[in-house]
Amino acid sequence: MNSLAEPKKWEKFFWPLLASALVLALWHYSVARTATKIFPSPQNVGKGIAELFRKQVLWRDIIDSLRRVAIGFGAAAVVGIPLGLTLGWYPSANRVVNPVLQILRPISPIAWIPVAIILLGVGDHAATSLIFLGAFFPIVVACVDGVSNVPSVFRLAGRNFGLSPVRLLTQVVFPAALPKIIVGLRIALGIAWLVVVAAEMVAVDSGLGYLVIDSRNSGKRYDLVVAAMLMIGLIGLILDTAFRRLEKIKSVRWGFRDES
Amino acid sequence: MQEAKLKAEHVHTVFTRDGKTTPVLEDISLEVADGEFVCLLGPSGCGKSTLLSTMAGFLSPTSGEIRIDGEVVRGPDPRRIFVFQERGVFPWLTVEGNIAFGLFHLTAAERKQRVTHYIRMVGLEGFEKAYPPALSGGMKQRLEVARALAVNPDMLFLDEPFGALDSITRLVMRAELLRIWEAERKTIIFVTHDIDEAVQLADRVVVMSARPATVQQIVKIDIPHPRDISSARYLQLRDGIFQQIGLAHKI
Repeated sequence: MNSLAEPKKWEKFFWPLLASALVLALWHYSVARTATKIFPSPQNVGKGIAELFRKQVLWRDIIDSLRRVAIGFGAAAVVGIPLGLTLGWYPSANRVVNPVLQILRPISPIAWIPVAIILLGVGDHAATSLIFLGAFFPIVVACVDGVSNVPSVFRLAGRNFGLSPVRLLTQVVFPAALPKIIVGLRIALGIAWLVVVAAEMVAVDSGLGYLVIDSRNSGKRYDLVVAAMLMIGLIGLILDTAFRRLEKIKSVRWGFRDES
Repeated sequence: MQEAKLKAEHVHTVFTRDGKTTPVLEDISLEVADGEFVCLLGPSGCGKSTLLSTMAGFLSPTSGEIRIDGEVVRGPDPRRIFVFQERGVFPWLTVEGNIAFGLFHLTAAERKQRVTHYIRMVGLEGFEKAYPPALSGGMKQRLEVARALAVNPDMLFLDEPFGALDSITRLVMRAELLRIWEAERKTIIFVTHDIDEAVQLADRVVVMSARPATVQQIVKIDIPHPRDISSARYLQLRDGIFQQIGLAHKI
């Protein structure tokens, strides 16, 4: 294939499908060859998925996981974007708060599980607060970074037209920083999806994370474990693809190409 | 003589970086009349852009002052718009959105009318809904000029506005700028390092020395527009300025 040539329509689907089929074949062959009794074959996992759908648990678990992510990620965006914009706008405030942020940021949300359970008990609140923590820091950092890297010509032009500080922030600084903010949100959403699965393994009794751990604990149903894993991966892909569509919006597309 | 539109009085500017001080502007005094087209000419890095930014109110002089209409300049003002190289247009707004940017105090109907007027003036009809990344360099530059003119300023500051354009587009843009200037009679201060550009456009050319910048000489270009760039007078003025630049920069 010539890498410069525009791929044909069928090629766009054919090659990724072929790669997936090869992985499935390798998986199937390895299970058959080793005659393992523990690890399920692709067919078993397929049957597992069908069984979960039939018992109506899968939809409930998917919706519970998505709901927790929506609440935790949504709260992180609602709090994180204004905070990040403010810190980016006032470098002196950022200098005060930044050390605290930088210490909290590398702590995995998983490490917060015991604290979350002490403070909020076992349940939804603990899980969503962990997602909040996981998504909050990347959002704040992306906003600070986005705002402080707005080219000075944009700010000068905005001031030249007599904009008030509020207008300057909403009509120049925010749209100029928006491509970076979108990237930050996308990273945060990916982390939120990772964290929800971990949180559901300890803090709640529903959701895809719970499904993984519960399938193992109640009867070592590894076909269901892998089925749940596949669903987690598939939904993660769908979320990311959906989010990437935001990058195609015309008023931010300039930030994602080599054009200016 | 009528009171000058812009008056620079003994402007000195010193930059301080890492404890080192660099004088950039030294005792610049200059008067610009209302409706005049003045070029500040000098090589890159001589401080002419610093002078322009100071006139626009983005920088304060270390000493001395800039007066416009008798008032000391203390900051940027929508009555005087600074035009950057085409980098200054907002890529998140359409052509229409960019031109309407400074018109937030007008009613929707007035805004629409102004936008339409200036889109036509700079020849961007058909591109109203386009975003800047889809425009060529020359179109982006015209858009920025339109955005500036739309707020009806009485002065324009242009900082090497055509520097990033190819030489043919640059010629077209000069003609367009002159056409617009003749229609609207704004006071224009135009920074350039291109001697031909200065002699083609300006009523007067302010030749600046190497840093720290001083006013080396002010040359009046007494050729009516449209200027014949092969006329004897044009060549004489151009060569005179070339010599001045040579003296100032020892080339």
